[in-house]
Amino acid sequence: MSAVLNSETKKVLVEPLVSNNPITLQVLGICSALAVTSQMTTSLIMALALTLVTAFSSAAISAIRNHIPSSIRIIVQMTIIASLVIVVDQILKAFAYDVSKQLSVFVGLIITNCIVMGRAEGYAMKNPPLESFMDGIGNGLGYSLILVIVAFFRETLGSGKLLGIEVFKLTKDGGWYDPNGLMLLPPSAFFIIGLIIWGVRQWKPEQSEKVEFKIMSIAHGEGGHH
Amino acid sequence: MEAYISLFVKAVFIENLALSFFLGMCTFIAVSKKISTAMGLGVAVMVVQAITVPANNLVYHTLLKENALSWLGITGVDLSFLALLSCIGMIAALVQILEMILDKFFPALYSALGIFLPLITVNCAILGGSLFMIERDYNFGESVTYGVGSGLGWALAITVMAGVREKLKYSDIPAGLQGLGITFITAGLMSLGFMAFSGIQL
Repeated sequence: MSAVLNSETKKVLVEPLVSNNPITLQVLGICSALAVTSQMTTSLIMALALTLVTAFSSAAISAIRNHIPSSIRIIVQMTIIASLVIVVDQILKAFAYDVSKQLSVFVGLIITNCIVMGRAEGYAMKNPPLESFMDGIGNGLGYSLILVIVAFFRETLGSGKLLGIEVFKLTKDGGWYDPNGLMLLPPSAFFIIGLIIWGVRQWKPEQSEKVEFKIMSIAHGEGGHH
Repeated sequence: MEAYISLFVKAVFIENLALSFFLGMCTFIAVSKKISTAMGLGVAVMVVQAITVPANNLVYHTLLKENALSWLGITGVDLSFLALLSCIGMIAALVQILEMILDKFFPALYSALGIFLPLITVNCAILGGSLFMIERDYNFGESVTYGVGSGLGWALAITVMAGVREKLKYSDIPAGLQGLGITFITAGLMSLGFMAFSGIQL
């Protein structure tokens, strides 16, 4: 086992969690991160589906990477990814029909989720299958982490429940918590991810972006020239 | 006719792909720094959306849907699970053809839109539009309306976003919130604005 968990494997597994997170730093795969997070159950299933698809597609693409002509590589990658997504979609329809109805088109959209394509193109095309598989798992987990955090806030504050189980008793049932309806609406996901990004960058300042225009203070006589 | 107009308005404003379904967010955030580039991408998305949604509609209804092959004398075949694969293949192929046609006959337009076209294949707004069309079972006329409308809605959203971001350069933003963070919060506020349309019954 120690041979499997060498430093490279550990690096590709751990780094995408915070220091190179696909959502907050690489800005990949945001669409579904926003759309499915109003409930914890759907987010967990989506996270699991994406992690598996990323891992297996990376492994498969990396296994045949030396045989793919570079001019048609995007089509080849897409076919592999799309086939895996079809498998996931059919499994969900068979065993978790309600959740699959709630996720609606977003399972299909894993195909165009930039994380999957990004890892295939950026990592799997240059590295052996096992490492690529681990890299897929790592990036999937980084994505899952953000999804779970967002879903946690949206579901508890928005409907007083977590995984469908009541945590705050709502006022309409005679409890004390008045649910915040905004949390169930799409904009709240934008705010929460924005705040998560702020938090991460406050913690790790090296991730902050360069300031394009510096605001000068006139009161101290420094002037405002660019 | 009335049904088409209401579907169009719904696709542009009420069910805006970018701001109420979060589709095409990666490009929406990445390419909205300048109004001119944002507009270029918006137009490209609109054109591709207007072509691919009806095309996928035709393929789905003549080949994939349950009993769709009856015109060949084959009945009882349901290939709808292949929809994902055929949609993405169709989009990739059409974008490639569009790129070649533009290059050959409209070089000026090609140099303006050219860099965005390959990006569009992996834009979830395009695939999302086709998948919504299948899920909601639109007929051909509706799919044309929906394709044009949803593309226009996306283009509108990214242009407005770019306008806001251009002004945002001059505001004093905390260091950690620079760039990506404030963009998300702006998008949230815009999405809140677009929610005002959601009460409209058509």
